[in-house]
Amino acid sequence: MSAARPTLADHLATAEVLVCCGSGGVGKTTSAAALGMHAALLGRRAVVVTIDPAKRLADALGVPGGLSNEPTLLDVPGSGELWALMLDTAGTFDGLVRANAADADQAERILANGFYRNVAGSLSGTQEYMAAERLHALHNDERFDLVIVDTPPTRNALDFLDAPGTIAKFIDHPLFKLLMMPTRRGLKVLNLAAQPLLRTIGKVVGGDVLADAVAFFQAFAGMETGFRERADEVMALLHSPVTRFVLVASPRADTIEEACYFANRLAASELEVGAVVVNRCTPTFGEPPAKRPRTAATAALYDNLVELRHNAGIEREQAASLLVATGVPAGTHTTWVPTLPGDVHTQAALGSIRSLLFD
Amino acid sequence: MDPLQFLTTANVAIVAGKGGVGKTTVTAVLARAAIRRGLRVLVIELDGKPTLGRLLPGVEVQQLSATAALAEYLDTHGLSRVTKRLASRGIIDVVATASPGIDDIVVLGKIKQVERSGLYDLIVVDGPAAGHAITFLLAAKSLLASVRSGPIHTQASEVAELLADPARCQVVLVTLPETTPVNEAVETAYALEDRVGVHLGPVVVNGVDLGPALAADAAPEGSPMRMAAEFRNARRALHQAECARLADELALPQLHLPQVAGSQLAAADVNALASPWSDHVEEAT
Repeated sequence: MSAARPTLADHLATAEVLVCCGSGGVGKTTSAAALGMHAALLGRRAVVVTIDPAKRLADALGVPGGLSNEPTLLDVPGSGELWALMLDTAGTFDGLVRANAADADQAERILANGFYRNVAGSLSGTQEYMAAERLHALHNDERFDLVIVDTPPTRNALDFLDAPGTIAKFIDHPLFKLLMMPTRRGLKVLNLAAQPLLRTIGKVVGGDVLADAVAFFQAFAGMETGFRERADEVMALLHSPVTRFVLVASPRADTIEEACYFANRLAASELEVGAVVVNRCTPTFGEPPAKRPRTAATAALYDNLVELRHNAGIEREQAASLLVATGVPAGTHTTWVPTLPGDVHTQAALGSIRSLLFD
Repeated sequence: MDPLQFLTTANVAIVAGKGGVGKTTVTAVLARAAIRRGLRVLVIELDGKPTLGRLLPGVEVQQLSATAALAEYLDTHGLSRVTKRLASRGIIDVVATASPGIDDIVVLGKIKQVERSGLYDLIVVDGPAAGHAITFLLAAKSLLASVRSGPIHTQASEVAELLADPARCQVVLVTLPETTPVNEAVETAYALEDRVGVHLGPVVVNGVDLGPALAADAAPEGSPMRMAAEFRNARRALHQAECARLADELALPQLHLPQVAGSQLAAADVNALASPWSDHVEEAT
């Protein structure tokens, strides 16, 4: 590509899906909300999917009661719209099961299964996959033309990029295969007692637990095709040019290292970082006077200004070189957002973040 | 009382807090301070992010992953011949999922085993990632309720003993001097004490900027010096207020770590941060 790399504003104007990734505690959710506010100003109909918003963010967005699993229309300025919802992993998984089950009976057998309840809430990658699943559904929802996703604050937030997808890994699970013997007429459930391996596992984890797992995989039989097709569609959307990835970090080594981990993760899936946002930078306030003032009070102010400038300088230099050194493509549009004097818990404060990002 | 006394009284210090608050920094500083106090220290990293070795040259750092610990556990419990195949094919994942907490319990069991070996005076554990501290530490209690006998039951009850004994194990909570992190620290503290029953050591507030207010109006309105001073004053006032609120809501001694300029923490920074903690420390208010 010879043209200049697109800016964050370009992505916001043209993308249909914007995935914000980065470690916890870097203001990722706040950034996603500020991006959404800007999208509404641009006249877009945006929906922000968050994972676990702090109560204050819900306040800042003007939903004091908190967000739910269904999109809520927010009262923000602009000719567009901003909606927000909080991802309910288990609820989304339940919806998938209901949509793919042959009948209500099969769905109920699965939903009531103890193993399924554990899987739906806690199997590594489930939350991540459900975020991807939800973004796919919202992308197809005519109410919205832009979906902004705030990924879970975990290392495996991008595990859903693993071809052919976490859900496929789950369906292709050896335990599943162990139980289901392919026959000419489809899958046949094997006799549990005939499996010495399962008996041994049962001794370690407890027989009830294993029986639940087996019952789950048996109930699941027949649904795997639907699940797999869906996973393929989600994967295609993530790899399509309408999806862009924004890396969010703060100028601290650990969060930048995490950001770089995500950049490498994207590169491994042949995707690239569209733009970088570095939150919570030390602000700068212009040049200090040529000479250090003589009076003690003013000299203290001078020292403070110089100290902040110095800190901001090394912070930025180290952060920039860390980003380049660990895999973010050179020339990627980077926005440095200074830290605000107070917490972000009003829409006005969120508005200032928005203008720091774009104005 | 010296809030760092737990370094010499407890065998295990588990550093816990939400992501981004600086758990790893605090782990490194505590370990360095303990070494300066003449203790034999082992650092355990749980998250598979090998950064502590760089921050603590010459200190013994051990990586502990749930998958590896679970594989080792299955290995020693009659599944040795199939463990490799199980691991490579993802069955370990299912075992862990089928019985939530089983991976946590084998990790805690491993920590307990090292503690019992008596090779170290203090084991500092860089706790699990964001928000998992409570479920991680609750694993013993939950499993005791659901698994009534067998090796997992034994393991869980030994871990529960470790967690309940303040002379053996304490949790050090880490937070930032900002509204949301302080709220989360208070919630976590109550959950850990009430639900897990583990003893809490001091709470560490990371990146604190305290100091007297600058006379901002000595510089002309809108000038760089004035704006910088106003910013600094606002930050300091926020930090002061949040530390005071934390003290109000949580009757635990507080330790403050100052902000370190720049993006890259180095071993030298850890040494500098640990210096005031190496001997007797005045209790922060």
